[in-house]
Amino acid sequence: MRPPVILKTTSLFDSSYSCSSPSDRRLNTLARHFVCAHNPMASHDDISASPTAASDSVFAQLVRAPEDPILGVTVAYNKDPSPVKVNLGVGAYRTEEGKPLVLNVVRRVEQQLVNDVSRNKEYIPIVGLADFNKLSAKLIFGADSPAIQENRVTTVQGLSGTGSLRVGGEFLAKHYHQRTIYLPTPTWGNHPKVFTLAGLSVKTYRYYAPATRGLDFEGLMEDLSSAPSGSIVLLHACAHNPTGVDPTLEQWEQIRQLIRSKALLPFFDSAYQGFASGSLDADAQPVRLFVADGGELLVAQSYAKNMGLYGERVGALSIVCKSADVASRVESQLKLVIRPMYSSPPIHGASIVAAILKDGDLYNEWTIELKAMADRIISMRQQLFEALLSRGTPGDWSHIIKQIGMFTFTGLNTEQVSFMTNEYHIYMTSDGRISMAGLSSKTVPHLADAIHAAVTRGV
Amino acid sequence: MPIPNSLTAPILRRSTVAGVRSISSWFRSIEPAPKDPILGVTEAFLADQSPNKVNVGVGAYRDDNGKPVVLECVREAERRIAGNDFMEYLPIGGSIKMVEESLKLAYGDNSEFIKDKRIAAVQALSGTGACRLFAAFQQRFHPNTQIYIPVPTWANHHNIWRDAGVPMKTFRYYYPESRGLDFAGLMDDIKNAPDGSFFLLHACAHNPTGVDPTEEQWREISSQIKAKGHFPFFDMAYQGFASGDPERDAKAIRIFLDDGHLIGLAQSYAKNMGLYGQRAGCLSLLCEDEKQAVAVKSQLQLIARPMYSNPPLHGALIVSTVLGDPELKKLWLKEVKVMADRIIGMRTTLRENLEKRGSPLSWQHITNQIGMFCYSGLTPEQVDRMTSEFHIYMTRNGRISMAGLNTGNVGYVADAIHEVTKSS
Repeated sequence: MRPPVILKTTSLFDSSYSCSSPSDRRLNTLARHFVCAHNPMASHDDISASPTAASDSVFAQLVRAPEDPILGVTVAYNKDPSPVKVNLGVGAYRTEEGKPLVLNVVRRVEQQLVNDVSRNKEYIPIVGLADFNKLSAKLIFGADSPAIQENRVTTVQGLSGTGSLRVGGEFLAKHYHQRTIYLPTPTWGNHPKVFTLAGLSVKTYRYYAPATRGLDFEGLMEDLSSAPSGSIVLLHACAHNPTGVDPTLEQWEQIRQLIRSKALLPFFDSAYQGFASGSLDADAQPVRLFVADGGELLVAQSYAKNMGLYGERVGALSIVCKSADVASRVESQLKLVIRPMYSSPPIHGASIVAAILKDGDLYNEWTIELKAMADRIISMRQQLFEALLSRGTPGDWSHIIKQIGMFTFTGLNTEQVSFMTNEYHIYMTSDGRISMAGLSSKTVPHLADAIHAAVTRGV
Repeated sequence: MPIPNSLTAPILRRSTVAGVRSISSWFRSIEPAPKDPILGVTEAFLADQSPNKVNVGVGAYRDDNGKPVVLECVREAERRIAGNDFMEYLPIGGSIKMVEESLKLAYGDNSEFIKDKRIAAVQALSGTGACRLFAAFQQRFHPNTQIYIPVPTWANHHNIWRDAGVPMKTFRYYYPESRGLDFAGLMDDIKNAPDGSFFLLHACAHNPTGVDPTEEQWREISSQIKAKGHFPFFDMAYQGFASGDPERDAKAIRIFLDDGHLIGLAQSYAKNMGLYGQRAGCLSLLCEDEKQAVAVKSQLQLIARPMYSNPPLHGALIVSTVLGDPELKKLWLKEVKVMADRIIGMRTTLRENLEKRGSPLSWQHITNQIGMFCYSGLTPEQVDRMTSEFHIYMTRNGRISMAGLNTGNVGYVADAIHEVTKSS
């Protein structure tokens, strides 16, 4: 890591200090640059920290960080006063009226929880709520999964998908013999940072083929073949983010065979179970394929989208191990990763999820609401596709209906994206990804106009 | 589109490849981790069948019936929140309202620093999360520094800075002979640390000892830290809980602010609002000006995003509802005082009980110490006897959570302590 930067003299002098003696301040700042009072390696004789050293910030050299590329889109959208603006940035579901949605089943459970005066707010265990963990494992692996029957699965509650990935990554960095994780190109913008900060080094494998706007299957198989044995491979369980391009089941089977033959360790990110096809079981097939062969794997689950619990940060990390004994030791080590990060996870969201998953009626209601969300998205795809066809927009837009899940990788470039934002107030990430969940029948025509204009202007 | 079963079945049958079963576990060599010394106590307590068992381990408040408490102000806040249309992601830095209220509570309602927008602050996963964010921030921007932690300190502090990659040094704090503060040792260690070192200070109700500097001592500590150009990082997990008065419990912080320090601060609502499992807290850093505060906050967000993306909503809504409504805030202040008073009452009762039994030792420290915990002075062996013979659960450093005591069990606990210490 580089030492504290001492180069930003101009910005420091330019800063508007609110302190009352500017010249004192400048002298102190100068002194710090020549002597770096905060460097413990400097000898004590050199330290000429003035009595007012306490008023100089140790973080004076910091520059402002850029906005998060994904969450920053919403920030920009919120600033825009235009009445026709559309937010297709972050993947949060919107109704046909463009409103966020709290599922009915979630509302009901929340009310139950509030009315239940026997409930308390105590710390939950480091690994989270026990029934939440068991039910989450059943959801992704199937209730009759041999791994669950044989107690070979350890599940810990995590801070949604992000937190579950981070805990999994830190666990692997501490305890696994290989420190490299392979991410698909492209992948969710936050993946590389999550794993790098967890202590792993990041490599990539080919995934998306721009020419077909589909899967570069050969490239994928080649790159995974040449990965060193034991490397970790990140796989999107379904509804790949940002492309919406998923392997077929046959392709998954081939991927599985390759991964097992090279002894690579699969780490699934499952953020859209139920959201992709509308069926929870269908969307879990790729993960279950891997579990069925008896091998080990990790999977991070998120309830942000499929239960609409975004802000409550509910998720789970499961590690499928060879034996119950290993699973129990793994769990004990996971606790050591979690405790110094946030001690124990938040209770509220997990309580809601557990209540829904364990009650037959609530569970059914949930699957119906989930399918309705997935169906609305599929219908948006259809509408957008037809809108572009009817405008005669040049190019093949069939990928809009072939891709699956919350996002469409339009194939638009950064320049076209900028144009759409500036001229049409359409907000999306610069990689051309649009969140279909942010569309409605009312806004599809506006988006189609924008795409049409972007594609036909100039060149 | 649903995948027909006929398609998956043959694939699943084919996939039980013999070759995979013969690979042994990648995690075969993983050792079982030691139990967390603090949370492991509660696990053991729960497993104990004895009707006399007492849990004075983890620092979670209990009422006089030994029951966890959900504050009335919190219940009312939750009633107002239920049916909320909003479950969207909070910004990476968390709820703005919650952060605003947190800063007012810590820095003062009329703090000039708040007015001047000089505080970089983000919502964090309770106190742990706030400390971890700061530790990671310290590592990133001052990678050659260490953190000076008091001896003893909350056990998890070690883990937090270690996992963030920041080496630790210690400074003297607790003086076993007096069961009080080693003030001379503390001042010495501050003086001898290299200029510009990072110091972790407990703002009030030191955990695990319950030993706090006096106001006068805090002033001297502030002076010395200022003279050395050290960075003071406060962990404040018990504001309001220690004395019953949040303003009073923030005295150390206000002394440092008056002295011109640019402090860092971790706040937790786990105890003082009883929001333990909600993981509600705040990390703040006082900067030189607004521009710097904006820069620092943005950098904190870069650390939070790959850790958990954005913090949990529910706890934040509770905090901002309670603190943002004058009536609810008044109710909260009353309820916090009730909790603090009960604990102060238990300290008196425990001490009286031990003195009544004719204990040869001095138990003055029980009432001198403050906050949730009492550093009893029991040795690990004596603690083990407390557990094995009397089913009383506490951490092996002799730390007793006063909140676990009540009129029903304080006599029994006094008996047990007397029993294991009478021959010392």
